[in-house]
Amino acid sequence: MKSKITWDSTPNLPTGSSRISRRELVKKIGAGSILAASGTLSADLLAAGKVNMGFIYVGSRDDFGYNQAHFEGKSGVTSLSWVKAVDEELVPESIEVEKTMESMIHLDGTKVLFPTSFGYFDPHILKLAPKYPDVTFLHCGGLWDSAKHPKNVGSYFGYIDEAVYLSGIVAGHMSKTGKLGYIAAIPIPQVLRNINAFTLGAQTVNSNATTNVVFTGGWAKPVQEAESANSMVDQGVDVLTCHVDSPKVVIETAEKRGVYSCGYHTNNAPLAPKGFLTGAEWNWSSVYQMYAKLIAEEAAIPNLVRGGLKEGIVKSSPYGSSVSAAAKANADAARAKLMAGGFSIFSGEIKDNKGNVVIPSGKSYAQTDIWLESMDWLVAGVIGST
Amino acid sequence: MAETDVGFWGVVIAVLGGAIRVGTPFLFVSLGECLTERSGRINLGLEGNLIMGAMAGYAVSYYSQSPWLGVAVAGGTGLLLGAIHALLCQHPRVNHIAVGIALMIFATGVAFFLGKPFIQPSAPQLPSIGLGGWSDSPVVRAALDINALFFLGLLLVPALHWFLKYARWGLMVRVAGENANAALALGYKVKQIRLLATMFGGMLASIGGAYLSLYYPGSWNEGLSSGQGLMAVALVIFARWNPIYCLWASLLFGGAAALGPSLQSIGISWGYFLFNAAPYVLTLGIMIATSSAKQTLAGMPGEFVK
Repeated sequence: MKSKITWDSTPNLPTGSSRISRRELVKKIGAGSILAASGTLSADLLAAGKVNMGFIYVGSRDDFGYNQAHFEGKSGVTSLSWVKAVDEELVPESIEVEKTMESMIHLDGTKVLFPTSFGYFDPHILKLAPKYPDVTFLHCGGLWDSAKHPKNVGSYFGYIDEAVYLSGIVAGHMSKTGKLGYIAAIPIPQVLRNINAFTLGAQTVNSNATTNVVFTGGWAKPVQEAESANSMVDQGVDVLTCHVDSPKVVIETAEKRGVYSCGYHTNNAPLAPKGFLTGAEWNWSSVYQMYAKLIAEEAAIPNLVRGGLKEGIVKSSPYGSSVSAAAKANADAARAKLMAGGFSIFSGEIKDNKGNVVIPSGKSYAQTDIWLESMDWLVAGVIGST
Repeated sequence: MAETDVGFWGVVIAVLGGAIRVGTPFLFVSLGECLTERSGRINLGLEGNLIMGAMAGYAVSYYSQSPWLGVAVAGGTGLLLGAIHALLCQHPRVNHIAVGIALMIFATGVAFFLGKPFIQPSAPQLPSIGLGGWSDSPVVRAALDINALFFLGLLLVPALHWFLKYARWGLMVRVAGENANAALALGYKVKQIRLLATMFGGMLASIGGAYLSLYYPGSWNEGLSSGQGLMAVALVIFARWNPIYCLWASLLFGGAAALGPSLQSIGISWGYFLFNAAPYVLTLGIMIATSSAKQTLAGMPGEFVK
């Protein structure tokens, strides 16, 4: 069955097309053309039934962190009258998530599932996908491999290091001691990439800037996070940021100790009215709305979706009141370069913090380069080891 | 790290400061468990009390804007949970370990359920007392910014010690713990003694939970307690059921927890998983060092030896 769809103000959208390439798709999100069509689907589609989506989170949907970012994304699709979305939080990365997925499929009639946590993918999604070929499983994290994995599975992820890089620029400007602090969970490539981007951003304005890293050893360790924040402030760190599930403890501790902070995952400004500078946020509602529309018009769903600032998958939090005009100007200039495309954060010469050249001069890795996704080094200026 | 003004002293200060910051909840839970165990009961549910107290304290502080009212209500939930434990356990052939585990899971679940709306809002926090005014160093001043609850805990230590050693009621608790039949023969109401001791112990544990959510780390969420309640129970054992040793053991655990992050922040970055595990390694080490196949631990209430 093909629904008739009428689109407003979207001349370049292929109506009824059965296939949209990833490149085209990303272009369209960037242009906002798909989003602009929001709410303009015809009554035909409403009569044909709602788009039925299910979201699963590993933590609380209101933790100011990773899970809240996905919940906000879900809220972005539930605001569309023709989408029905269910969700469940605090689902462990175990057989529990399979039960949740099956109950969403059987009881709620969900046709598209978004199990958002990293550990849901293998083996849980991979186990259920062949069993339910008419259900689409879209996983956040970008692990899908066309050679190995079922066709009704896909993955999406954002280049949040672009937004973290901008936070680094602001942090480099605002720090008086030149010492920045990063409280991270565990040394996996995504985390290391953010730490490196933050440090490289800061070094564009202060070449002597250093980043102290503390790995707490887990995604949610509030006491360790608070201890790490206190220890780093004691060592002269005056801008703190983090990569843990919920940034609440770190940002609040920074505020208590009277130092600046950069947020992560969602807008953390309410947690630190005085010291908040800016932050890196996910913008999942744009991604989820894009998927909802593809499903509504029965277009093929791309198996891999990636994007950064340009594609609107990540964004920066609004600047805090203490950010200087010079810092804003610098960060905005870098943002313009990232939005224009062609600019790479990881371009040589870059040395790691052991003195080895990891990216020789003249060499530059585009954001999409898969090599960056296996990062296992920290740039010079980072105090810490993987 | 030559350019840092505090450098390695930072680790020392962080460990000493951390001993107090991180150790305070251990202190409250272990004092509570100490009293309960001296009456002849083991309450393993104190982890649940801790989480329940953290949630209730945070919620009440948020609604009433009074953190002390939050602490009081947290204490109230602890009394209630303690009472449930004691009332269930006083029936014959009820296993107090099993009841404790059940109550731990029950209280954790209830706290997660009721605590849902309080993850996001920020509640007023407990005040701290700055003892570092004499120092010019902001680092020392921050480490000596000590929460009022810690002083309360500090007063409780000699009070409980005196109570168990000299007070008539304290001696009744001990008789109940050493030999219930002797206590009955003396005409003491063992059930009632244990009820009160478990309730009071539960209250202290919940106040320790309120410290977590209302001071350090100072917010409520489901991952707030990483087993502090359970560790404090183990801590009572190697504190030999002595409140004064409970204080030292709590401070030791707090300091051990602060070691990993502070070493990393001065740039000593190898082996951080090992340093982060320091409190647990310490637990195991002390357990092994103090264990003996030939005799029971000195100080163990006689009711546990049977």
